Amino acid sequence: MAFWIASSPHNHQQSETSALMRMVIYATIPGIFAQWYFFGWGNLIHIALAVATAFVAEFTVLSLRKKKITTQLFDGSAILTAVLLGISLPALAPWWITIIGSLFAIVVVKQLYGGLGHNPFNPAMAAYVMLLISFPVQMTLWQPPLSLLAMDIQLADTLSVIFTGYTPQGYSVEQIRTHIDGFTMATPLDTVKTNLTQGFTVLESMKAPTIGKYFGLGWEWINAGFLLGGLFLLSKKSIHWTTPVSFLSSLFICSFIAFIISPDSSASTMFHWFTGATMLGAFFILTDPVSGATSVKGRLIFGALAGLLVYLIRKFGGYPDAIAFAVLLCNMAAPLIDQYTRPRTYGHKLGAKK
Amino acid sequence: MESVIERIQKGNFWQFHGGIHPPEQKFLTCTKPIASAQIPEQLIIPIRQHIGQAGDLIVSVGDKVLKGQILSVGDNPMSLPIHAPTSGTVTAIKLMAIPHPSGLRETCLILTPDGEDTWQQRHICPDFQLLSKGKILEKIVNAGIAGMGGAGFPTQVKVSTLAKIEYLIINAAECEPYITADDLLIQEHSPTILDGIKILDHLLAPQNILIGIEDNKAKAIETLQKATADIDHIQVCVIPTKYPSGGEKQLIKILTGQEVPSGVLPSSLGMVMQNVATCFAIADAVINDTPLIKRVVTVSGQALDKPQNVWALIGTPVGYLTEQCGYSNSHDKHLIMGGPMMGFSLANDQIPVIKTTNCILAPSEIEIASPFSSTSSKEVECIRCGQCADVCPAQLLPQELQWSAKAKDQPQLEKLNLFDCIECGACAYVCPSQIPLVHYYRVAKAEIRQQKLLDIKAEKAKVRFEARKLRLEREKIAREEKHKKAAEARKARMNAGTPAAKSEKSAVAAALARVKAKKAQAGSNQDIVSQADSSVEQIDDNKSQVANAIARAKAKKLAQKSQTPISTADAEQDTDNAAIAPKAQPVVTDKKAKVAAAIAKAKKRQATEQASNSDTQVLSTEETTPVSATSGAVQEPITDEKSQLPINKKAKVAAAIAKAKARAKAKKETDGNINAQPSSTSTDKPTVVPAQEQYTLAAVASNKATVTLHTETPVAISPVNKTATASDERKKKVAAAIAKAKAKKLVEKTQQASPSTSEVKISESDSKPTTEAAIAANKKARVAAAIAKAKAKKLAASSDKSQPSE
Amino acid sequence: MSTLIAILVLGVIAALFGALLGFASVRFKVEGDPLAEQLDALLPQTQCGQCGYPGCKPYAEAVANGEAINKCAPGGEDTIKKIAELMGVEVQPLDANHEADNTPKVAFIIEEDCIGCTKCIQACPVDAIIGTTKQMHTIIADECTGCDLCVAPCPVDCIEMIPVATTTQNWQWDLQSIPVVQID
Repeated sequence: MAFWIASSPHNHQQSETSALMRMVIYATIPGIFAQWYFFGWGNLIHIALAVATAFVAEFTVLSLRKKKITTQLFDGSAILTAVLLGISLPALAPWWITIIGSLFAIVVVKQLYGGLGHNPFNPAMAAYVMLLISFPVQMTLWQPPLSLLAMDIQLADTLSVIFTGYTPQGYSVEQIRTHIDGFTMATPLDTVKTNLTQGFTVLESMKAPTIGKYFGLGWEWINAGFLLGGLFLLSKKSIHWTTPVSFLSSLFICSFIAFIISPDSSASTMFHWFTGATMLGAFFILTDPVSGATSVKGRLIFGALAGLLVYLIRKFGGYPDAIAFAVLLCNMAAPLIDQYTRPRTYGHKLGAKK
Repeated sequence: MESVIERIQKGNFWQFHGGIHPPEQKFLTCTKPIASAQIPEQLIIPIRQHIGQAGDLIVSVGDKVLKGQILSVGDNPMSLPIHAPTSGTVTAIKLMAIPHPSGLRETCLILTPDGEDTWQQRHICPDFQLLSKGKILEKIVNAGIAGMGGAGFPTQVKVSTLAKIEYLIINAAECEPYITADDLLIQEHSPTILDGIKILDHLLAPQNILIGIEDNKAKAIETLQKATADIDHIQVCVIPTKYPSGGEKQLIKILTGQEVPSGVLPSSLGMVMQNVATCFAIADAVINDTPLIKRVVTVSGQALDKPQNVWALIGTPVGYLTEQCGYSNSHDKHLIMGGPMMGFSLANDQIPVIKTTNCILAPSEIEIASPFSSTSSKEVECIRCGQCADVCPAQLLPQELQWSAKAKDQPQLEKLNLFDCIECGACAYVCPSQIPLVHYYRVAKAEIRQQKLLDIKAEKAKVRFEARKLRLEREKIAREEKHKKAAEARKARMNAGTPAAKSEKSAVAAALARVKAKKAQAGSNQDIVSQADSSVEQIDDNKSQVANAIARAKAKKLAQKSQTPISTADAEQDTDNAAIAPKAQPVVTDKKAKVAAAIAKAKKRQATEQASNSDTQVLSTEETTPVSATSGAVQEPITDEKSQLPINKKAKVAAAIAKAKARAKAKKETDGNINAQPSSTSTDKPTVVPAQEQYTLAAVASNKATVTLHTETPVAISPVNKTATASDERKKKVAAAIAKAKAKKLVEKTQQASPSTSEVKISESDSKPTTEAAIAANKKARVAAAIAKAKAKKLAASSDKSQPSE
Repeated sequence: MSTLIAILVLGVIAALFGALLGFASVRFKVEGDPLAEQLDALLPQTQCGQCGYPGCKPYAEAVANGEAINKCAPGGEDTIKKIAELMGVEVQPLDANHEADNTPKVAFIIEEDCIGCTKCIQACPVDAIIGTTKQMHTIIADECTGCDLCVAPCPVDCIEMIPVATTTQNWQWDLQSIPVVQID
């Protein structure tokens, strides 16, 4: 019989990092389901590929770094990264895109910077940006919603496309993407952007088949799914409300102002909210604690900055969607934001800054 | 101000940032009455139980003490006395583990109760209003009351504040899980608590008294509200339950909306906070004259069969209490003193309850399996989730503090206000990565404190080092100065020529003398006594140099050896011989050749040996010396020394005496009249110049003395001295400086002898100048004796051998 | 002609910038602590002389003039690190000639053995020893820097260095060191 010594506090809320990560992964399910429903098996395959790669990569690096493998491997962070990457990739992108992206996210962005808790950038987004810049063709092979496709794509077809580039019937990705009418279909954001450069108004662009009834066929439901997941996380207090709220309102305000000024060349606020990766970014990417700001004030600034950047890049930048870029830029700004948003400590009238 | 009370009356409180809601677990104990105190077999009473200094024990081992008897006193305002919790015997005063997170040991008094529980004389005071404030404060101090909420700040310091108090806040929040000690105390002893509050009211005269209590203590709230219903300025403030609302700063924020500035006591805002248990203790002390010797302790946790609140005597070992409550834990024991949030693990169950102990927690494994155990930490990397910052009641940034603490970045830690952390544990409680944040802060705080102490110490050491360097520098300069002065003084003395001998010694004089001597030698060896005189001078010069070296070397050993017991007579004799010998030698050297000096030196030794052997002979020859010395001593040397030893001896002795006389003359000459040179050939006959009278007289006296005494007592001490005095008059001047230090011990000896000499002298030659001279000579003799002894030392050995044979 | 102009223009520019730099160096002169002072502030001030210099200040001056930074034994790694940082050089391990043990110690005179020779008093760099000839000496523990210098001169070896005791005041929250009672 022995007495044992522990440091206070002696009791502890039964929360763990892995539980937190698991919760976030569960919350992606509605969005993934919508994705599957509208775009088929592509993303699910990519998610599976990414998770497997991330797992192997994480294990290898951890054993090389002589870390406690069991606890860190199963803390869920690598899986979450892989899931997020898998979600954001084009459904019919080739398999090696996923593998490279996943490897890059885990090995370079996460572990080379010191592992969980030390990475300055969101691994999934950093990998996405790397892929987008390195493989622009493959990374823009967006598949139109299944309902718009000329052919019926099943799981086997998708697998075949991802691993060989062709369906068993011999159709290439380009052929799949081609509308019955003979023109290539893109994402709603892409469509609007292209049309604007060609002199069409936004209103005219909204008539495009990819946009469908509201803000983009399928995309609006995917975003709604992620919004649902996000609200679930908020209710579980797994994420803090500040970042999503400030991000969404910032994006809303920016697009609203632009819409007021020039309704012809600006998409509506809800279009911005419900297309692209807006909701995914708001609730799953920007809320990544490791690479975000920490204090409440800091998170508000962080989210608002991200919203502004997303809008600016969507509107004026060269890429149709901008979540990844905005997130990376905000990650860079996070330490600075933290530095200047330290809360005033109790009993210190002048605040912590000196 | 008014609005604060209004808000409170509406039940509309402020909020502090953060806070958590850990499982309360108060139901375990909150419904059971407080068990009465039982006396354990042994009480362990630490002499320091609060923040501040310990008092000095005024009892010793074996003393019998009565319940409530004071055991220690202190004169420091931050020191508090301790008292005997029951009657019994002090069986030991030793180092014991104290209730401290470190488990370190401090002085404790071990009291073995006699079971009688006999009170000491008490003076019950039913109406405290009759007492002066000073008297009440004194009672509080003497009762040894310290804050009983946990921190243990001496109560009298808080209540004797001079600041104008707006709010007296009574802290009954008790926000830590499990603890119900205050709750039960209120339920059972609200009248006494109210008395305590009234005493505080009397002392501090606050405008309002706010009792802050969390809304999870329905019974206590009801009791309090009933008790205070008729008192207008007491508000029972029922605040929402949230940890750590019982923290002083947090409760002030909740109740008044004000924040206590960092590093400042609440009294500066006109607020004083006291714990309910402290109020109870104050009332007990002032009214019942009962010192703080027992307190309510919540003994709780699922590892206990009957968790309950108990009255525990201060000093009761924790193990006794847990046993009383049915502690049954077979495997790993985990005992926590204090609540689960801020308490600390105990290293054994023989740690005593002290004034600040409000809870003993014995949790089961399932209940509290601390993730912050030092052995099995589940700590993973911080993911910067920021939950810790959200719950921090001090609005710190725990995660940033944690990074800085790990990096030991002390400036950054202080910039992040580490020292505003109250160590409530909320951050570590919520941390999903299970990082023992509070532990990091504690370590960092301890390190910073230590570093500050070290810095202060280093600064002090630097100052002291610099001061020492300066002092050494100063001393060195002073010493050099002194040396220089001494040297100058010596030079001045020599140059001034006050005593003739010294001026002679000056190098110039010596050179001149030497030249003269040579000339004289070359011309006519024996024509006038003046030559002898000059030669004597020369002798002195030579001697001064030669003897200097020798004397210096030898004096050291002799200084020691002279202390060793040689019979005084012998010693003195040796001295005498030695004193004579060197004189003889220079004569030789001077006269004939300097080459002979070496030989002479060697022989001189032998000679002196023999001289001492044939003392009587020497003495007899001395009688004739005055006559022969002047003429004979000058001429003879070489042949004498070479051939006949007896003659040699005599000659030398004679030469010495002659020299002595010549010396006196030489002085005279140099002193005043150079003309006088040719005049004085005869030693005995006084000269004209009054100034020289002393010397001459001395010489005369000594001469006479030698003569007379020698005839009477050949081996007596006095003759020795006399000869010494006579001859040494010059010698001492030669070697005075060198031998001075060493001579001191010898002086003692010579002193023994010299008085007699001087007496003799006085009797022989009555004139006053003689006495003076004698005294002077006496002194000189002492000095010379030292030098002489130096040389005599070696002879002593041989003479000792030879003398018996004689 | 054009070359001349070029040279002229460049010369003027050079002169201009030279003047500007000169002005700046005078105008914006940084009145910082001299390097030796800063180094001195980093040293532990034990004045032990283990570095081979008579005190911390002289060593600081020597380091400022290029002496090795790894000679301060009482300061240990931390001090070396700080000096390296200040000097902008590589951190070096403690000089092998010096013992690495820098646990804080305090000298203690075994009083019954002291013969009152004052040798330790003369050796103490911070005057932390009290005593006089033929009288027992003692150490002012608060002033003692634990430099060890008094140990060697003592003719009767009555000085020993004892580690500073851990008290509740200076405890560093080392939970591992708590003696846990084993009951069986």
